[in-house]
Amino acid sequence: MRDGVTNVVIAGLGGQGVLKASDILADAVFRAGHDVKKAEVHGMSQRGGSVNTDIRYGRKVYSPMISRGEADFLVVLAADQLEHNRSYLRPGGVLVEPGMVDASRLTNKRSINVALLGLLSRQLDLPESCWLEALAANLPAALLEANREAFELGRTGAHG
Amino acid sequence: MTKSEVHTPGRQLLSGNEAIALAARHAGVALGSGYPGTPSTEILENFARYGGRAQWSPNEKTALEVCIGVAYGGARALATMKHVGLNVAADPLFTVAYTGVTGALVVISADDPGMASSQNEQDNRRYAVAAGLPMLEPSDSQEAYDFFGQAIEISERWRIPVLFRVTTRVCHSKSVVQPVAGSAAAPKPEFVRDVRGRVMIPAYARQAHRRLRAKLAEIAAWNETGPLNREHPGDPGLGVITSGVNYLHVRDAAPEARVLKLGMTHPLPLERIRAFAASVRRCFVLEEGDPYLVEALRAAGMAVEGKAEMYRYGEFDVARVRRILAGDTTPEAAPAPGKPPQLCDACAYRQVFGALHKLQAIVAGDIGCYTLGALAPFEAMDTCVCMGASLGVGLGLRHVLPPEQRKRVVSIIGDSTFVHSGINGLVEMVYNPPPDGHVLIILDNSTTAMTGHQEHPGTGRTLEHQATGRVVFEDLARSLGVKRVHVVEPRVGSDDFERLLVDSLASGELAVIIVRRPCILIAKQLKEYERQQTEQECDCSCATA
Repeated sequence: MRDGVTNVVIAGLGGQGVLKASDILADAVFRAGHDVKKAEVHGMSQRGGSVNTDIRYGRKVYSPMISRGEADFLVVLAADQLEHNRSYLRPGGVLVEPGMVDASRLTNKRSINVALLGLLSRQLDLPESCWLEALAANLPAALLEANREAFELGRTGAHG
Repeated sequence: MTKSEVHTPGRQLLSGNEAIALAARHAGVALGSGYPGTPSTEILENFARYGGRAQWSPNEKTALEVCIGVAYGGARALATMKHVGLNVAADPLFTVAYTGVTGALVVISADDPGMASSQNEQDNRRYAVAAGLPMLEPSDSQEAYDFFGQAIEISERWRIPVLFRVTTRVCHSKSVVQPVAGSAAAPKPEFVRDVRGRVMIPAYARQAHRRLRAKLAEIAAWNETGPLNREHPGDPGLGVITSGVNYLHVRDAAPEARVLKLGMTHPLPLERIRAFAASVRRCFVLEEGDPYLVEALRAAGMAVEGKAEMYRYGEFDVARVRRILAGDTTPEAAPAPGKPPQLCDACAYRQVFGALHKLQAIVAGDIGCYTLGALAPFEAMDTCVCMGASLGVGLGLRHVLPPEQRKRVVSIIGDSTFVHSGINGLVEMVYNPPPDGHVLIILDNSTTAMTGHQEHPGTGRTLEHQATGRVVFEDLARSLGVKRVHVVEPRVGSDDFERLLVDSLASGELAVIIVRRPCILIAKQLKEYERQQTEQECDCSCATA
């Protein structure tokens, strides 16, 4: 955590909700009053290819991008996307991956992105109200309840 | 940022594209026009969302021309496009620089260093020099918002179009924006005749060119002390001259350095830069892409350092900037490849590329999702140059290849790309037909899919999905004199398309095959648009009944 800036990389495949998860995280830290920057690449990534987003927050953030070896947290939504993203983590950085959540307990399997955010939230110093507001602001009403449950599943610790 | 500021009204987390759209709305822009292209697309979509009047044009040239008319009429105009789109719009751009404008004209060029989603990584700062236009380069969303307002002021003060250059990381990064309260009063549109100023026959254009250079000299003088460039005080041991997102990278990579951040990079504030360079012991010019700044400063007699040639390629991040400043030219570790994109599993185009592969067609391709037909398992595309090139390239191959090869050549193009600049190629096909004919396949999925599903003239719906005039491809092709025009819907288990293709190739005549099936990703939305349209039509007829 250089200069009080927290670096989170979220990675997965197009269509998995990588961008949505990064929007929710960025919105939650924004609501908590931090300076925040979020970088992503649109376009070709929409067709099922690898997608990465960088979220940086703290008192003052300059570059929107996270270099390899500098992520405090790496959230991977697809197990097969771990290998080529692992190098983003700094030594001692924390990995959050799908195997850490009991997916069978998800009402909607597609909410794995939000469940992993719930898991991540245990390690970030953000008020829960900011997370819940960010969920409500970034998800359609019809999907909100299932995603709140998914977030709770991750936050309370699926595997104890 | 303190907690007390959390609820400041108006503090928002916006992408650069959203910030530009909001600024355009606040600046009273009367019309925004453009053609979708990553990373520029969301500017007009958000301008419409904020209540602005936005429209997609068939291509960037037309979009810019519409905006020129708006600005000639005394109003404020916004033209948006990706970097390669500015090539298409270059013709009007170079001459509207001469004529100038009455209202305001801001042209967004969204460049893509590193080619996240483009066919080249051209550096459009060169266009500012070539056309003779002032150019602004914001580094984040707040600056995108603030600089846009400045661009409008500059455009109106000097009656000159302004080039507004952003890059992928500015467009698609989100950061905190505090908008300015209150909207600027927009001028009232009015036509004022100015034949010598607006009609670029040689006699008038010669004078117009001199007027342009005089304006640029004034702007250069203004830029010497103008508000768009600023200095970060730091250690004089290292001075860095930079612009755009690279300013942010260098603040992380070399926090101790003294930095001159240029917001207006054409015309350059050379004396200010000279004074900065003299104030530091080592002066480094940090820029992505072409060595534009470093060449300009050296030409002005400044002994400045630039990056090694290996850093011309790709985009920068903090780690690369550290290497660049350290003069590290050891090979960079290639990032492990991720999973490449591919055609959706249920995409109707899979059948088309399957057939092309099977028939060993020589395929002149074009730009869109379907360019993915070049990859495994299809490997059914042989060329892809630029928007609309499939027609001309296919025809050229047909003209020179030996018969056994030329009879296998087809051109393949998507619906939006066909409207963009494929229609000219179809006219060429009718006018200069190859000896054994030619086959054009138009893949019509009723949307501009690759950039995120924008409307186009072939869908018959506006940017905001309202019903409007529709260009019907089969009618157009027939009206141009093509006799073999077919519309086919690709269905699982059907070989209709393949049989049509075999027949068309064997005919030795000109043929157009329109493969029509809505993109599966928007099938639901399309039904909704159609339902709304039917309701509106019903309201109309009821009202007049």
